Amino acid sequence: MTILNGCSFDVARAAITTVIGPNGAGKSTTFKAIFGLLPLRAGCVMLDGQDVTGLTPLQLIARGLCYIPQGRNIFPELSVRENIELGGVALGRAAAMRARVDEALDRFPVLRQKAHAQASTLSGGQQKLLEISRGLIGRPRLMLIDEPSIGLSPLLVQEVFATLQDLREDGMSVLMVEQNARSALEMSDRAIVLEGGRTRLVGTARDILADPRVARLFLGAEIELDDTR
Amino acid sequence: MAHSSGRSLAASLLLIALASVLPMVLQPYGIYLLSLWAVYTIAAIGLNLTLGFAGQMSLAHAAFVGIGAYCTALLGAHGVPFPATLLAATLLAYGVGWCVGYPALRVQGHYLAFVTLAFTTLVFLVLRNEAWLTGGIAGISNIARPRLFATPTAYLRLCLAALLAVSLAVWWLLRSPWGRAFIALRENPIRAMSLGVDVRRYTLLAFAIGAALGGIAGAFYAPLVQYIEPSPFALGFSINLLMMVVIGGAGYFLGPFLGALIAVLLPEWLRFLHDVYLAFYALAVILLLLVCPTGLLGLSERLLAQRGGRPAERADA
Ligand SMILES: Nc1ncnc2c1ncn2[C@@H]1O[C@H](COP(=O)(O)OP(=O)(O)OP(=O)(O)O)[C@@H](O)[C@H]1O
Ligand SMILES: [Mg+2]
Repeated sequence: MTILNGCSFDVARAAITTVIGPNGAGKSTTFKAIFGLLPLRAGCVMLDGQDVTGLTPLQLIARGLCYIPQGRNIFPELSVRENIELGGVALGRAAAMRARVDEALDRFPVLRQKAHAQASTLSGGQQKLLEISRGLIGRPRLMLIDEPSIGLSPLLVQEVFATLQDLREDGMSVLMVEQNARSALEMSDRAIVLEGGRTRLVGTARDILADPRVARLFLGAEIELDDTR
Repeated sequence: MAHSSGRSLAASLLLIALASVLPMVLQPYGIYLLSLWAVYTIAAIGLNLTLGFAGQMSLAHAAFVGIGAYCTALLGAHGVPFPATLLAATLLAYGVGWCVGYPALRVQGHYLAFVTLAFTTLVFLVLRNEAWLTGGIAGISNIARPRLFATPTAYLRLCLAALLAVSLAVWWLLRSPWGRAFIALRENPIRAMSLGVDVRRYTLLAFAIGAALGGIAGAFYAPLVQYIEPSPFALGFSINLLMMVVIGGAGYFLGPFLGALIAVLLPEWLRFLHDVYLAFYALAVILLLLVCPTGLLGLSERLLAQRGGRPAERADA
């Protein structure tokens, strides 16, 4: 079955690019296709001018990609530290793995505090931070993150977004899918509107945010939703 | 949980060291039981890797031990020296284990149990019926021990040295990114994939490495008992190995050491019960698993946690 057709966009370096679109638009499918989890019938994925189409997730991680799927991705039975270590399975060496786990824990003091606790005891926001810190073990240049705000309270959403902004300051690129379109676009550099497996609009986040069609389609509904909270 | 901390390695080394000085106070039968413990432990470490760490159900491990034992006995009968037969047994079991892993790419859990059970039965039937190769029900006798390790005590020390080497290798493996990948596979294959774990490759590896350890156990088993026939490698032994892993604590590095100890000693202790011994053995196992479904080490971890201490088996850096 072909889900994406006419989906084409660029991701800028050291910037946050947000993909918005209605449910079933193919946003998650796009990410899975980029990350080599779904086969492409046609088209290609380029990273730093190199064709990476058809590479395995392991090869893509080695080239600086990381993917945080939609929903819950932690291993609830394992400790926080063990969860982060699993981000290092793509690394060849045990010593490198452990050193980077410590780096990740230094970055997130909340996680350092709970390093030995079972990951299921973390709050939803902390669990998202755990997933991000695990992704960082591979030192990614581009992070694909699918709906990080799902199921989080507005305050925690801000915390997760702030983390992504920090990572951007460090030079990492982020490609993010968000339903929380308004707040996501406000902190993004570029935006892509995907609908029916096709890229409808591509532009700076500011332009997309100001586009009346987008406002009618997504942002209006978004505001209504926010009011009912 | 990873359960491969430095402390569990230290405990296993202590057990091995203890076993190597025990012969001074033991009768020959005790030395034989201790050697059997070392061999069973190696096999159970293999199953623990496949089942406990990588989460792949297997009732095929008796067959892997059988393949290792027959390979050693047959090659040894043709004058091949022990180190070479050991290598051959390990590689053969590794290769066969890799192939047995293929069904696991399609089915999991109970279905995988049935597939691997069928494999054990198949190997048993080959061992029994292909008499031209295996000696059939008459088996193979007069299996020689390596010349330097011909006495029971020396052979025990050889088995313990093998156990030591296997323990260190597996401990290193479990703490490497490879070992972490096995755990990710066990916990959630889909999530493991997004971390870059090649689920297909690691599933096959989990079987192959577990099988190779079974083959090593078999290679040491044959010269220990010096006479093999098909029945010790039937389904019952697969279930016995499964019990060792589960009772010790699946997914605990130390689990197989304890599980194998119980599997060797409990039948001896219950010997006074004569014919009803098996019923009591089964009862003891059922009770144990009712009290602690996560095995002895799971129970000890729970008790320690209740007392407010940190879990004993945590994998710290
Ligand atoms: N494994 C699959 N097999 C068949 N169809 C699928 C599969 N996964 C997704 N689809 C279909 O592909 C389309 C796009 O799905 P996708 O998950 O990419 O949407 P999405 O934009 O991420 O939506 P949401 O906002 O709900 O997460 C949907 O119509 C969905 O039903
Ligand atoms: Mg989606």
